[in-house]
Order: sequence, then structure tokens, then C-alpha cells
Amino acid sequence: MDDRRIGRAPAWGDAAVGAAVLALAAIVAWQTNLIPAHAVYAQVGPKVIPWMATAMLAVLGTLLTLQGVRGGWQHEQHGELNVWALAWLLLGLALNVVLIGLAGFIIASTLLFTCTALAFGSRRLLRDAAIGFVLALASYVGFDRVLGYKIGSGLIEGLL
Amino acid sequence: MDTLAQLAAGFAVALTPYNLMWCLVGVTVGTAIGVLPGLGPALTIALLLPLTYKVDAIAAFILFAGIYYGAMYGGSTTSILMNTPGETATIVTSLEGNKMARRGRAGAALATAAIGSFVAGTIGTIGITFLAEPVVNFALRFGPAEYFSLMVLAFVTVSAVLGSSAVRGLTSLALGIFLGLIGIDLQTGQPRFTFGLTELLDGINVIVVAVGLFAVGETLYIACFRKRAGSEVLAVKDSVWMTREDWARSWKPWLRGSAIGFPIGAMPAGGAEVPTFLSYFIEKRLSRKPEEFGQGAIEGVAGPEAANNASAAGVLVPMLALGLPTSATAAIMLSAFQSYGITPGPLLLQQQSALVWGLIASLYVANVMLLVLNLPLVGLWVKMLKIPEPLLYGGILVFATIGTYGISQSQVDLILLYAMGITGLFMRLFDFPTAPVIIGMILGPLAEQEFRRAMTISQGDVMIFLQKPLSLTLLVLALVAVVGPQLWRLLRLRSRSG
Repeated sequence: MDDRRIGRAPAWGDAAVGAAVLALAAIVAWQTNLIPAHAVYAQVGPKVIPWMATAMLAVLGTLLTLQGVRGGWQHEQHGELNVWALAWLLLGLALNVVLIGLAGFIIASTLLFTCTALAFGSRRLLRDAAIGFVLALASYVGFDRVLGYKIGSGLIEGLL
Repeated sequence: MDTLAQLAAGFAVALTPYNLMWCLVGVTVGTAIGVLPGLGPALTIALLLPLTYKVDAIAAFILFAGIYYGAMYGGSTTSILMNTPGETATIVTSLEGNKMARRGRAGAALATAAIGSFVAGTIGTIGITFLAEPVVNFALRFGPAEYFSLMVLAFVTVSAVLGSSAVRGLTSLALGIFLGLIGIDLQTGQPRFTFGLTELLDGINVIVVAVGLFAVGETLYIACFRKRAGSEVLAVKDSVWMTREDWARSWKPWLRGSAIGFPIGAMPAGGAEVPTFLSYFIEKRLSRKPEEFGQGAIEGVAGPEAANNASAAGVLVPMLALGLPTSATAAIMLSAFQSYGITPGPLLLQQQSALVWGLIASLYVANVMLLVLNLPLVGLWVKMLKIPEPLLYGGILVFATIGTYGISQSQVDLILLYAMGITGLFMRLFDFPTAPVIIGMILGPLAEQEFRRAMTISQGDVMIFLQKPLSLTLLVLALVAVVGPQLWRLLRLRSRSG
């Protein structure tokens, strides 16, 4: 519970998180400054709460950075980064964003499903792809056609 | 009309076959997602928010409430059989529950959790029934200044008091407030934080943020940073029922757990961690067999599980009576009210009396359904625990895509979803709580509205927040909640060294 562990080496990861919050504060400040505020009829213009949010982020970012430099805070124990899992997941997410418009939801989701399964250590590529395809197809029919919840068109979608 | 007559009218709404069907769907889906690790009620309700365009408000809220209650029941099954609690609220249940399962008493643990959840859920729902109107009557005296101060208090308690660090909790809250500010300012029509993107003019949808943080973030974390490969699912060897001794040792913890959980849940702070831990320590102290604690004491399952469910019911009091969400799930339910054009707050009970009382009545119904679903049918849920992880998480990401891409068929939403997922991963790695993000995002714009109203009334004088006694009291409480624990620590350090 105690965040202050005195006399420790700086925890650069924690300090970097603090710096990231400070960077967010800077972005929020920059964007707040850009809000047009010629509307004088309101007692409280559109900038007041954004400035409060900026101040909050700036103060908290400073505190977090200081905590980081002073040795950081206690974390839950995590495992080592599994680089392959990360790579497969990021590939799946990227493919999904690119292909959902070009090839349609069913193809994009089948690939996303397969990449996720690989990221979780599955070695049965064909089985996973088949399950992913059936799931994507069933979801498309269920959501888009039956419930009328539009999830776009595409190559396979056009055949249905 | 008195409360009981209102409740009877509510039952007339809840017991129609159509609404019973939604309740059954809700509790079934809720139990399933409660059982599955990595899924929670906030995420599920967020994914189902688009339903609000298709079905009427009563059906949608009966569904959401069923999911909310169901997830509490389902969560205990996982923490007893797998020892990997998905939610902080069920950590305590796994302490003793998993030990009981290891000793071959999984059935008794599941039974005391389910029956305890039923007892506590019912007591909690009775609490909502009789507490809603008095709270509303009190809140009707609130002006904008009081409302703003109450929201500040809720902000502080959900982010700074619960959880391990005030600074990190408040940072999450500030991130949520920022996300909530994105889009056109409704009062002046000015765009804010849109970075020149027309997609952002309507603001960021809460679905994107909730699904990104809870589904994508969790998937990234489990795949990339988990310590050990999947833990085993313990078998249920005994019958799912309790012996005479189990009953004798369970009923008091159920009642005590309910008595602890409901009031804490109903306070503007909310949260299930505090009441479950409190109940655990009380039962440990009161138990006739304290030596069994740590080895699988049934009181340690019965009490915290009841406290968990009662506090979940309690959270609905400020949500329904004040429009004040104190958990991520409640915040998302509040955004469902908004998508129906219903203004949450003290007037809700008068203006939407059929909706609110129908919802409350359906909570009683949901509890009965859940008892049946979770005792005789528990074997079904145990099977769900055996879904292989690669397929489970693959499915979660596909559903996350549907929920997000279906909003506007825009890739911008998908990119935002993944950006929130990566943010969620870092928040998990650096121990930032995620619920305050959702609460800040939903409650932030409402707080801004009240702030502006109060300032308009006072003609720009900030002192209005300090001149109204009730507002001042709330702000002082908020200040004490942030600074109090730090001061206390300083004082103790001083007295120790001095």
C-alpha cells in the first residue's frame, strides 16, 4: 500500500508512465487552448472544465514521475513479455483493421481469430481457422441479417 | 402510492412473458460471462448497448440487470473451481472456496455461494425497494451545487479511496474525464479535443473505451504477460448441496455479509472489495473453528459471497435514485438511460415509475432464476470453464470487433478500440485501476453540466459550492477522503519516530 519506498534506485518504467501522463496533460492543454471561446453568454465557457482536467493531469503526472524517480510503486508480479504472442496479436489486430473494409468482416475476423489462437499457443492452425470462420459467419448472419446490426459488406458477405 | 403497491405494479411489468424472457436471457448470459475468465458485466453490457435501439427500455434494463446479477453468481463458480478470480470482488471467495474444492468439498462451496448469493441478493433487493424513495425524497432538495459536490465526492471515493493508490486512481479518473470531454460541447456547440477528426465530433463512444480496456487490454495482458499457463479446473466430486453442519455454519455469515455489503454498496463510494474483505475478517474472528480458515472454512465462502452480492444490489440505489454510478457497470447502464433519452436522477422514479419498479421487481425474479441456474445446472457452467483459451480469447476479440465496428462501420473506431486496449494493457502492468476511467467518462460531462448550472445561478460566484451547507459538507468529506489517509500515515510515522 505504501507508495514511498525511500532509498531505492529510480524505477524508470514508473517514471516513464508519469512522463506519459505529463505528455497527455500537455496535449490536453494544447487542445484546450484551441477551443474557440467567443461564446460569452455562458457563465462557464467550454474551456473551464478542460483546464481543470489539464491541471489534474499535470499535478498527477508530476506526482507519478516523482514517485518513479524515488523508487516507484509496488506492482503485481507479471510474467516475462512473450514477444511471439504480442507479435501475433498485433498482426491479427492490424489485419482486422485493414481487411474489414476491403475484404469484409468474415475474412478479417477469421484471420483475427486465428492469429489470437496462435498468440495463445495453439498449434492447430486449420482447426482454429475453421472454428473462426464458422464463428464469424454465424455472427455475421445473426447480427447483420437477423438482428439488423450492420457490420458492413464484403467478399463473402456478398455471396450470402 | 406506497412502496408495496408500486412494487406490485412493478411485478405486473416484470412477470409478463416477454419481460420474463429477457430476464432469463440476462441471467443466463450473465452467469456465463461471470464464469468465463476475462469477461465481466461491464464489458458485456457495453457490447449489448446497441440493443437499446431495438428493444424498449424496460426490456433492455431487465436484460442488463439480469446480466449484472448473473455475473456475480457466475464469478463465484470460477473462483471456487479455478482460483483465478476474474474480478477483485471474488478474490476473497477463492481464498477459502478453492481450498474447499481441493479438499473435495467443491459442491458444498458452490452451494453456500449460490444460496448465500440468493439470500444476499434478495435482502439487497428489498433494501433497494425501501431505500429508493427516501433517497429520492432527500435528493429532491439538491440543487446543481449539491449535485456537483456529490459527484466530486463520488469521483474521489471510487478512484482515491478504493484501490491501492490515490494518485493512480485519480490519474485513471482524469483520463476518463478527458475522454468524456471529447466532442461537441452541448451547451456552446464548440468542438473540443477532436484533433480535426470529424469522427470525434460526436464524442468517443463508451462501448469503444469499455471494450478496449476490458476485452482487448485483458487479452493482450493474458497473452503476453501471464506468469504461468492456464490453471486447472477442479472437479466437483461431492453433491452440490450442504450438510446440516454446513447450513448451521452458513446462515449467519450470509446475513452478516448482507448487512455489511448492502450499506457499503449503497454509499456513493460503492465497490465490492471493502465489504468482501471486511466480511472475511469478521467471519474469521467469529468462527468457532478459526483454525479452519486458510484450509477451506465454509464461513469464509458464505460471508464474502453474500457481501459481494448485497453490495452489487446496493450500487443500484445511487444509480437509480440519484443517477450516480459508482461502478463501471453502473456507469454503462447510466449511458443506456441516456441513449433512451431518459434523464437519470431523482425524477426518474416519478417520471419512469413503470421502468424503475419493473426493473426492481425483475431483480427478485432474477435471483430466483439464478438460484435454479446455479445449483442444479452448475455442471453446465463447469463445462464452460473447459473452453480452450486460444478459442475463448479469439472469440472475445471477434465480438469486440462486432460491438465496435457495428457502431458506425468506421475503422477509426477500431483503431481507437485497439489504442484503448494498449492503454488498458499498460494500466494493468503499472497497476492503475480501470473502472474510474469509465466512471469519469460518463459522470464527467454530467458533473460539468451541474457545475455550469450552479455557476449560472450564482452568476459566476464559485463560493456557491461552499455557501450551501450540504454542498460544503460533501466537499469536506471528499477532501477528507483524499487527504485523510495520507495525514493519518504521516501522524503515525511522526508518533513512531517521536
